[in-house]
Amino acid sequence: MKRFVRTILAAAAACLSFAATAQAHPHVWIVMTSAVLYAPDGTVTGVRHAWTFDDMFSTFATQGLDSKQKGVFTREELQPLAEVNVTSLKEYDYFSYAKVNGKKAEFNDPVDYYLEHDKDILTLHFTLPLKTPMKAQNLEIEVYDPSYFIDFQFAEKDGIVLKGAPAACKGMLARPQEMNKELADRLSKVGPNEKIPENSFGAQFANKIRVRCQ
Amino acid sequence: MRRAGARCVVTFAILAAIAAILLLSGLIDAFAQGTPFGLPRPTGKPATPPPDGITGWILAKQAEFSLAMRTMLRNARADGSAVWGLLGLSFLYGVFHAAGPGHGKAVISSYVVANNETWRRGVVLSFASALLQAVVAVAFVGIAAWVFNATMATMCTSERYIEIVSYALIALIGLRLVWVKGRALISTARTVGRPLHAVGAAVTSHDHKHGDHHHHDHKHDHHDHKHDHGHHHHGHGHHHGHDHHHHHDDEHASAWGHAHGPEPQDLAGPGGWRRGLSAIVAVGLRPCSGAILVLVFSLAQGMLWAGVAATFVMGLGTAITVAVIATIAVAARDLAGRFASARSGYGMLALRGLETAAAFVILAFGSLLLIGYLTSERLPLC
Repeated sequence: MKRFVRTILAAAAACLSFAATAQAHPHVWIVMTSAVLYAPDGTVTGVRHAWTFDDMFSTFATQGLDSKQKGVFTREELQPLAEVNVTSLKEYDYFSYAKVNGKKAEFNDPVDYYLEHDKDILTLHFTLPLKTPMKAQNLEIEVYDPSYFIDFQFAEKDGIVLKGAPAACKGMLARPQEMNKELADRLSKVGPNEKIPENSFGAQFANKIRVRCQ
Repeated sequence: MRRAGARCVVTFAILAAIAAILLLSGLIDAFAQGTPFGLPRPTGKPATPPPDGITGWILAKQAEFSLAMRTMLRNARADGSAVWGLLGLSFLYGVFHAAGPGHGKAVISSYVVANNETWRRGVVLSFASALLQAVVAVAFVGIAAWVFNATMATMCTSERYIEIVSYALIALIGLRLVWVKGRALISTARTVGRPLHAVGAAVTSHDHKHGDHHHHDHKHDHHDHKHDHGHHHHGHGHHHGHDHHHHHDDEHASAWGHAHGPEPQDLAGPGGWRRGLSAIVAVGLRPCSGAILVLVFSLAQGMLWAGVAATFVMGLGTAITVAVIATIAVAARDLAGRFASARSGYGMLALRGLETAAAFVILAFGSLLLIGYLTSERLPLC
């Protein structure tokens, strides 16, 4: 009897955790550009995001908002909405996961945030300051929604910018699709006893900003 | 020896059935997306990004349909005929979308398993809950956005209240089923567990007959009609007295009391529709975020009616997927039942166990959603 109950409980638990890995699909699309911010002494201080939403979400977000001119929203008129956005994003860690020199780094609450409305499209600007600014040989910032409710993509052009970075630092973007093909090519050339290329693991992760300083 | 063998069969049957349900609720069916948004990430490591394979394909398809839908919605303003394309896409989107979280597949499937519902009822429940969900989405946007011109923040807040009610209802349904089915399971386990060697003994020798008759007669007074019914089938088998116990404890035992496998018409007890209504409401109450987005967008385009039509067609697609999953769940349960009923007493025990497990799944889903450990699709920006 006991074993019976235990079996059932275990199965129910497994069932739930299994279902828990199931995925949503995007309802919101974001095209972003990000700037990695450096202090004059070369320490990384944070990242500044500009997230441009798709038109459906932009419409939804501006629904019911007052504006002087119909369908046109000024920065001031949108400030309460920006407030709502960043407050809510805190719960999701701003979808930004940073690693400095291989160690997880935390962000403080966002500063300098505002929304911009242009041709029915909203863009959210905000800065995420690193809790402890530090010199980084290796910096990685991933941006994605683990639940995949939001689809994040870096802008084709200037997806990432380094602001005030030491000359020795080079930034690059890892996009999932491109890396997959590249990865596939590279993996096909790996011999049976060779080690898998160091950055192949990272390639599975979407939208990774990587900055290396020599 | 015999006992151990029987246990083994039962365990196997239950595991097989549970594995089937596990697959259903995990792979095809995903009621809730499981990022523990409400809780800190346990490892501090970000969860995995969107997957490849079948799930990835389903996701990609949905994204594709979703984007195409909004393009059509935009075009429909200029060209009315684009609406037909929109509706076609909405249907396909619904079919695929139901594979994602928030459309009650786990709840409906577990519900039909726990409640011994027929597949027909599973289908009806699926369609009814999807229809209700579409109605709620339209009413929600109609009242909030169209009548009151509410902001996104207001709509999100009211949606959360609806969510809480919906999750609480799911948990309550689960709780009630756990209570009913759990008790039935325990009483069955007692009946099956206790007399087994006695049954074995009775099969090989007839020595015990007398004492059992005595017991039997005693029971007889209290359970007249039921006794007669069983009496014909079982003659003087003394495990009969235990069946009485079972009948006594379980309000809708019907054919199950004899572990001979169910007659289809007996599967759904009286009051089934009323019970079903609670599941329909619990699942259908919470509007789909995707539908709300489409509706608000179409309202802004001055084409609310197109959004309404798309929402209902989407619901139809969703219903089909949920109905298929519920039907598979029923089939899996029946298969497990046939498997297990090879051993008469244990067959019933296995099915009771399965029902109880399904009831626990509903309870756990409702509770975890309620406390925010599991999050159904939710807009992170409002």
